[in-house]
Amino acid sequence: MANVASTTASAGTELTARALREAVFSGLITLGLFVLFVGLETTQNIRNELVLNQRWGLLVIFVVVAMVGRFLMVAYAQPWLAQRKAAKAAAPDVAKEETFFSRNFSKIAIIALVLYPPVIVALLGVQGSLKWVDNFGIQILIYVMLAWGLNIVVGLAGLLDLGYVAFYAVGAYSYALLSSYFGLSFWVLLPVAGLLAACWGVILGFPVLRLRGDYLAIVTLAFGEIIRLVLINWTEVTKGTFGVSGIAKATLFGLKFDATKTGFAAMMGLPMSSAYYKIFLFYLILALALLTAFVTIRLRRMPIGRAWEALREDEIACRSLGINTTTTKLTAFATGAMFGGFAGSFFAVRQGFVSPESFVFLESAVILAIVVLGGMGSLTGIAIAAVVMIGGTEILRELAFLKVVFGPNFTPELYRMLIFGLAMVVVMVWKPRGFVGSREPTAFLRERRAVSGSFTKEGHG
Amino acid sequence: MTAPLLNVKGVETYYGNIRALSGVDVEVHRGEIVSLIGANGAGKSTLMMTICGKPQARTGSIFFEGQDITRMPTHQIARLRIAQSPEGRRIFPRMTVLENLQMGASLDDLKHFKEDVEKVFALFPRLKERQAQRGGTLSGGEQQMLSIGRALMARPKLLLLDEPSLGLAPLIVKGIFEAIKKLNKQEGLTVFLVEQNAFGALKLSDRAYVLVNGRVTMSGTGKDLLANPEVRAAYLEGGRH
Repeated sequence: MANVASTTASAGTELTARALREAVFSGLITLGLFVLFVGLETTQNIRNELVLNQRWGLLVIFVVVAMVGRFLMVAYAQPWLAQRKAAKAAAPDVAKEETFFSRNFSKIAIIALVLYPPVIVALLGVQGSLKWVDNFGIQILIYVMLAWGLNIVVGLAGLLDLGYVAFYAVGAYSYALLSSYFGLSFWVLLPVAGLLAACWGVILGFPVLRLRGDYLAIVTLAFGEIIRLVLINWTEVTKGTFGVSGIAKATLFGLKFDATKTGFAAMMGLPMSSAYYKIFLFYLILALALLTAFVTIRLRRMPIGRAWEALREDEIACRSLGINTTTTKLTAFATGAMFGGFAGSFFAVRQGFVSPESFVFLESAVILAIVVLGGMGSLTGIAIAAVVMIGGTEILRELAFLKVVFGPNFTPELYRMLIFGLAMVVVMVWKPRGFVGSREPTAFLRERRAVSGSFTKEGHG
Repeated sequence: MTAPLLNVKGVETYYGNIRALSGVDVEVHRGEIVSLIGANGAGKSTLMMTICGKPQARTGSIFFEGQDITRMPTHQIARLRIAQSPEGRRIFPRMTVLENLQMGASLDDLKHFKEDVEKVFALFPRLKERQAQRGGTLSGGEQQMLSIGRALMARPKLLLLDEPSLGLAPLIVKGIFEAIKKLNKQEGLTVFLVEQNAFGALKLSDRAYVLVNGRVTMSGTGKDLLANPEVRAAYLEGGRH
């Protein structure tokens, strides 16, 4: 017994020694990496001369953080992880019992979203709810909807589309222009915007029918840029970079959300506040997003949806089974684009202003990143990814207290893209198939069985 | 003799400027197993793909049930009930076995899906055990079974098999050839088979063609070709699989 105890004790000291050694090394590496970037800062003084500021204190903080981090990692985190892995391997392979929460996750989430605005209003008051409903609720739901729309093209049909924001733009400008030139209402123009975007989806689809993978990605990327450049340069119609402003608001069965006597607030006997309109918009985008999810789930069980998934897996096999790959691809582009168009017209009605600046490539990249991070094809995973990515970047605006730590010039929003990239790398290391990597099968003879996707390779061809 | 089910007449197929098939004539009659044997690069798979319309024949013509299918797109050819188990099997790796079979039945909109699935499971009991497993996790032999099963789900009049023995263990190949024989005997299914495994293919077939450099050099019954000294020298000696 004593023997065993002494072995573990010596193993413990050995580990500590190794951790200390590695901590010193990582401290040295950090010092080498940051001595010029952090230790020295170049600024201009009042006479416009370049002066060197020495920030040794900050450098020491960096080095100490790296050393302590590495020490904790080697001495505690790694043995703990190894132990857990061993325990997991040793444990008998018991099928995981599904909890009530995981089984009804989507229902619970929908109920929570429906209750979200009243709860926020109750907690923070009508004016206080504005930020939470608008910046967090609506903003995230727009991206959820866009990512679900793109998911049809990328996740189901396997067609890598880097220009998805083009359809978003088509939808937004369809509403903005048609409503300001012809005075048509949002409810008439919503389907029109969807249809127009779907048409553009088909127009994009035709020339790229024979392309796949990287080639397709490049052409769709170019398509997105073309739409944006047309919007910038066709100034007679789109007003170019100035954008279209003063776009009409949406109404609830003819009920306007303004300060007039017939407005929503006056009719309901409530004090005037823009929060009601935001809450209305929240439910509107929630309904649109749920429509997207519903259509996607239904289509997956229909022949066209199955054909999309088969197309992602193997195009040649599809053809040999009598599937018309041309129409299959075009319907995927059109359906995905249509939801992009819906989201676009919602965007226009929410902002009241559209300009080409809202439809840059970065938007496409963000939407695609959400689809990939969530796990291609998984609606739940994509929704979670949208909450993490968009909610996370919105939260950065709330971190004003960091100014106390980093000085008054520190603006956390500027680190948005850095954190975005970091989060992507971390997720791809830990969960290479996205948050929800398993694919729900659609064919059953008797009972449903969970199938893990972790051991299969991606579809190729 | 009645008109053949599949009639390939003087077909020439090109890849760019390279001629892969130079005037191939092949006939497949109803209820037959016909095989096409030949060395690597003889054009076996090209002929198979030409029948399916990708690539299309530059000259010559292909008739199925008396209908000219030479210029038809692949998916329409498939809709005439020419089912194919393509080279390399090409199952859908992320879909389950059952979903793969479902894709095979898409022509009939799943009208007799359950009935046909039971038939496929009776032919390949292994697939039944694995029905909820993903295609990509199956072994090579099981994938080949799935590929053939998927083709059968379309209730084909003609089954095209492109190298079903490729990369499989001899025992599994034997099982697959037996299944093909059974389909032919019991269901009267017409099979056109492309094989490098000449011995197995010839033993299985009613008739066979030998393809050399894009030309049919010999044809006859499976038995005759098995006994033919030239065929033995070129394809069988030393390679008795």
